[in-house]
Amino acid sequence: MMHALWLVPAFPLLGAAILMLSAGRLAPRAIALIAVLPCAASAIVAITIAIGFITAPPPGHAFSQILWQWVAIGGFDPAIGLYLDPLSLVMMLVVTVVGTLILLYATEFMAGDEGYNRFFAYMNLFVAAMLVLLLANDLLFLYVGWEGVGLCSYLLIGFWYQDAANGLAARKAFIVTRVGDTGLMIGLFVLFTHLGTLDIQPLMHRAVLAWPHGSNIASLAAALLLLGAIGKSAQLPLQTWLPDAMAGPTPVSALIHAATMVTAGVYLIARMHVLYALAPHVQMAVAAIGAATLFAAAVAALNQHDIKRILAYSTISQIGYMFLALGVGAESAAIFHFMAHAFFKALLFLAAGAITMRLEHHEHDIFRMGGLAKQLPVAFWSFLIGSASLAALPLVTAGFYSKEMILSETWAHGGAVPILWVAGVVTAFVTALYIFRAVFIVFFGEAKTPVVGHYGIRIMLPLTVLSVLAIVGGFVETPNGLGGVRLFSHFLSSVFGHVPLAASATETPLLVVASLVSLAGVALAWLLYLRPAPRFVAWAQTQAVVAWRNFFLSGWGFDWFYDRLIVQPFLYLVRINHSDVIDDVFTGIADGCRGLHGLLKQTQTGRIRWYAAWLAAGSIVTIAVAVIR
Amino acid sequence: MTTVPFGQLLILPVLLFALGVLGVLARRNLVFILMSIEIMLNAAGLVFIIAGARWGQADGQIMFLLVLTLAAAEVSIGLALIIRIRARLPSLDSDAANLLQG
Repeated sequence: MMHALWLVPAFPLLGAAILMLSAGRLAPRAIALIAVLPCAASAIVAITIAIGFITAPPPGHAFSQILWQWVAIGGFDPAIGLYLDPLSLVMMLVVTVVGTLILLYATEFMAGDEGYNRFFAYMNLFVAAMLVLLLANDLLFLYVGWEGVGLCSYLLIGFWYQDAANGLAARKAFIVTRVGDTGLMIGLFVLFTHLGTLDIQPLMHRAVLAWPHGSNIASLAAALLLLGAIGKSAQLPLQTWLPDAMAGPTPVSALIHAATMVTAGVYLIARMHVLYALAPHVQMAVAAIGAATLFAAAVAALNQHDIKRILAYSTISQIGYMFLALGVGAESAAIFHFMAHAFFKALLFLAAGAITMRLEHHEHDIFRMGGLAKQLPVAFWSFLIGSASLAALPLVTAGFYSKEMILSETWAHGGAVPILWVAGVVTAFVTALYIFRAVFIVFFGEAKTPVVGHYGIRIMLPLTVLSVLAIVGGFVETPNGLGGVRLFSHFLSSVFGHVPLAASATETPLLVVASLVSLAGVALAWLLYLRPAPRFVAWAQTQAVVAWRNFFLSGWGFDWFYDRLIVQPFLYLVRINHSDVIDDVFTGIADGCRGLHGLLKQTQTGRIRWYAAWLAAGSIVTIAVAVIR
Repeated sequence: MTTVPFGQLLILPVLLFALGVLGVLARRNLVFILMSIEIMLNAAGLVFIIAGARWGQADGQIMFLLVLTLAAAEVSIGLALIIRIRARLPSLDSDAANLLQG
């Protein structure tokens, strides 16, 4: 069964090919069928492979399948091959299952759109590219998937291209991630020139043998790969593209945030964890970037009006948690949080889409919603479950177990001043606050926008399945004090060699603190936004507070800063170089030739006697020179 | 019989050649220019004969016969060109035939 692995990325690729080649000649029902079936088939194959993998693990807990040789030039012979180990298995399962649910949802959500066919062609390509990225056994093949998701995100963010703002958002996403991609590419060059291969497993063995712990070259390679991961995963300082990426249709946002694209950076670092273990400074930087990002993005999320932008900043923040976990060497915690996040963030986005599609004018502003709990019960319960999981409400949600695991691992790594842990805990509080702010404002209070339409089964089913997953998905890994189930980290232990934390005295207090901060966040949101005290409302309107709120609304002014730092100087250079200095050189050569031509032209008088005179003079001079020498 | 020194013998062809050059440069009538070219050719032929006599070789006279045939051919082409120019421009002025000026 393991040998059917190649079918997993092949099915969505085939789906994309059929949809692209049909060029809109298919009926919408056929398109919907071709859109969902390949992904569902991938998911089924992936689940079958997973069952086979768990019941009868292949030797070394890894299976690799070489499809064919890409090219062979001297010592450079990258293969197109797939590599399956517990890490890529978990990612593959999440991507195919969540991807299928999102595609099913999208078939109804996008109904009637004139680009129906195009949309699903891109979506299938997106899933295929992400699967290539996850399953590649070679960094070069991984890079194909890496650029593939970049391309598809560009195509899908700018899907409604008639609006120029959407095109701008798409270009911004593409260009900002490109900064990171360039780093990744240089990183690949460094790895290849020093270690002579890009095949991931031999590469890791050679790195351990060739590079001592903490060597400069290992740090350089790790830092360059980190730059790629930062760009793709929207971490500081390359996070600015993600909030604008909300210009795409909601299922696209769900796919980008939950299953594909932004988790690619997390996967890359987890996949290359041996390299990061060799570069402790860079690994510390991963944790620091994660901690800074998760806090900054959570504060920005607290000040957004647009329901999708709240979720976008929330994704940046949650990926920050994953980076934090990677940085403290708790890769299995990062992947666990990735899984939980995929479930609840897909759920939140699909629920948000379910809300906006039922409101008049597809309203996105949470302050123009209100009282929707009664009118949209399905969306309400889905959003509530997703929010509870995001806010890590204790015991019943997947997000609680994954976030708790990250926080306790961070504490164990912490040292004397556990500043990373403090950032994580404070942000857990802010997370609960901002997401329940959205819940209370959107679903309670008085109705402000009329509700139209109804839901079909293709909307209800994904929401239900994801709601269940967002709750039970966490029970595969629980802390020692709560049963001590360690299925997830045991499964991943063959990849990371990381043992779960042993029971310790600090564990229970940490658990209590983590539970209390999230409950406190919900309670504060209830106090501030459901029954706001007049003093709070007045305070929120004072000038200084409004200035700060606008600052956070703009995402800490990063767009403004980059505009001044890069865009404006670039435009200035473009303006002063309007006539094109480089081109002037070549125009100058042409002008010089033309001038010389003008001079020489003067000698062409057409008078035969002048020519004869020149001939005679030339002869005399030539003979004179010959005679005198 | 007195022999004229070789150096003095060359004076005539040099003068003839100089006259021919002057004729080409100074004359504007194409027929006269053609005639001046003939004079230069004959000056060159004369040098061949003088050199042949000086070194007692027949080559000089053979070369002169060659120059003569060459001059005949050249004159026929030159006259044909002059007739064509005369037909095209109603003039034999060489300065008027400056259509190729840059």
